[in-house]
Amino acid sequence: MNVLETMKKCIREALPDLDMVMGWEQGFDTLHATPLFMETAEDVDRLILGPTCVQSLAVHLPSLKGKKIGVVVKGCDSRAVVQLLSENLLNRENLVIFGFGCDGVVSLSRLKKKLGALDFIESAEKKDDRLCIEINGEQQDLPFDDICAPKCLTCSRPNAIISDHFAGPQRTPRIPAKGKTALEKFEEKSLPERFDFWKAQMQRCVRCYACRDSCPMCVCRDHCVAVSRNPHFVSQEATASENFMFQLIHVMHLAGRCVSCGECERACPMDIPLGLLRAKSTEVTSALFNQEAGLDQEAVLPLLSFNIEEETIEEHD
Amino acid sequence: MPPSNDLKDGGELRIIGFLCNWCSYSGADAAGVARLEQPTDLRIIRTPCTGRIDPLFILRALINGADGVLVSGCHPGDCHYVEGNFHARRRLETLKRILPISGIDPERFKYTWVSASESGRWQETVREFTAKIHALGPAPRMTDVVSRSKDLSLEGLLLQDENGGA
Ligand code: SF4
Ligand code: SF4
Repeated sequence: MNVLETMKKCIREALPDLDMVMGWEQGFDTLHATPLFMETAEDVDRLILGPTCVQSLAVHLPSLKGKKIGVVVKGCDSRAVVQLLSENLLNRENLVIFGFGCDGVVSLSRLKKKLGALDFIESAEKKDDRLCIEINGEQQDLPFDDICAPKCLTCSRPNAIISDHFAGPQRTPRIPAKGKTALEKFEEKSLPERFDFWKAQMQRCVRCYACRDSCPMCVCRDHCVAVSRNPHFVSQEATASENFMFQLIHVMHLAGRCVSCGECERACPMDIPLGLLRAKSTEVTSALFNQEAGLDQEAVLPLLSFNIEEETIEEHD
Repeated sequence: MPPSNDLKDGGELRIIGFLCNWCSYSGADAAGVARLEQPTDLRIIRTPCTGRIDPLFILRALINGADGVLVSGCHPGDCHYVEGNFHARRRLETLKRILPISGIDPERFKYTWVSASESGRWQETVREFTAKIHALGPAPRMTDVVSRSKDLSLEGLLLQDENGGA
């Protein structure tokens, strides 16, 4: 039995005890997947697993707290589940986790950049380390590394790190390609250059909040401080400075909690490289508190705890 | 006023101070009572505790055009609420280290500890920090108009195409 069939079987068996299981189904063409909310055995037939299953379904879990929910997770998605559990935002007893070993997902932004436009795709299929795609009657065969999500290039945890059912074989983590990361390259720029870069990027932001809404760790929803009038940290004006303030709120609220899933950057319709800010925050909190989010269910949030003597913080007196 | 805040254009800069009520605010008050001369660029906002200072206060001030932000509270271990400044220390240090990625000069933000009896130390802190901010000059503003055309030299970063992700 292949991975998909094994997964479907697991879900069908578990479904009677659950309110719903979340997975993916094909969207309007073979390149786009869309979340699938399975309530009946027939729904399970539509499940797909593969390089188009880009969304992290963990984002829906906190709002479903109280229901009995199943969720299909890739390696990166599973870290969000672990982090949500560690913050007591989910009940483990009400959750059934269906894990599998992920082989990388596509980045529609990178693909679009390669192909110019992404109109209707007749077929898209991953064959070993290539993506074969038929677009406007033309066959294209692209190296997967050129069009996969950036996070997949350096992914060290392709297998769900927490699961009740694991379908198919464990994948071997890939050895990250040599060379500088985007963050390292960005940090070669001077401070004024960085500031101007963000100024230009923030003028492009349309404040759609897709970055926030796709973030599995952004759980405040309607109570988000970015839209509250009291306190009024940021105005609704979509100017560069207000947009930047909003981004930095996201970064600060995610410090020590961000699981590096890349959903914010993927969801951004303006292709703003939001991952740079998150990568920096992760680097900082890992160095300061020697802990990475989403790996340990028992972990305490670093910014909700302290040591009387902080080894990593220079005393200021 | 000593000529320490003599900007070339003659103006003061905008420095925001967030001070805890129990130590640093009293220290600053004592410095005033003792007539310890200080530059006048600093605008002080009194908070109950450094633990009350959300890092967003500092970011908001910097993005709204403050040229510098100074945070000061009780020395670690002396917090009126026992552990407020221990929490603050982690938050402020995290913010300080994240700031450079935004392009905001981390030197424009300083946090320190000054007790109610250290009026001399307060004077020194204000003098030093003000001098530093004057050396850096007015902060660049997000609101300054820049062209909407893309900065080509940074284009390659947009999709992190070479060598992969962040
Ligand atoms: S900030 Fe971005 S990378 Fe971090 S958890 Fe949220 S969506 Fe994922
Ligand atoms: S997803 Fe992009 S455009 Fe939308 S609010 Fe976030 S940064 Fe702005």
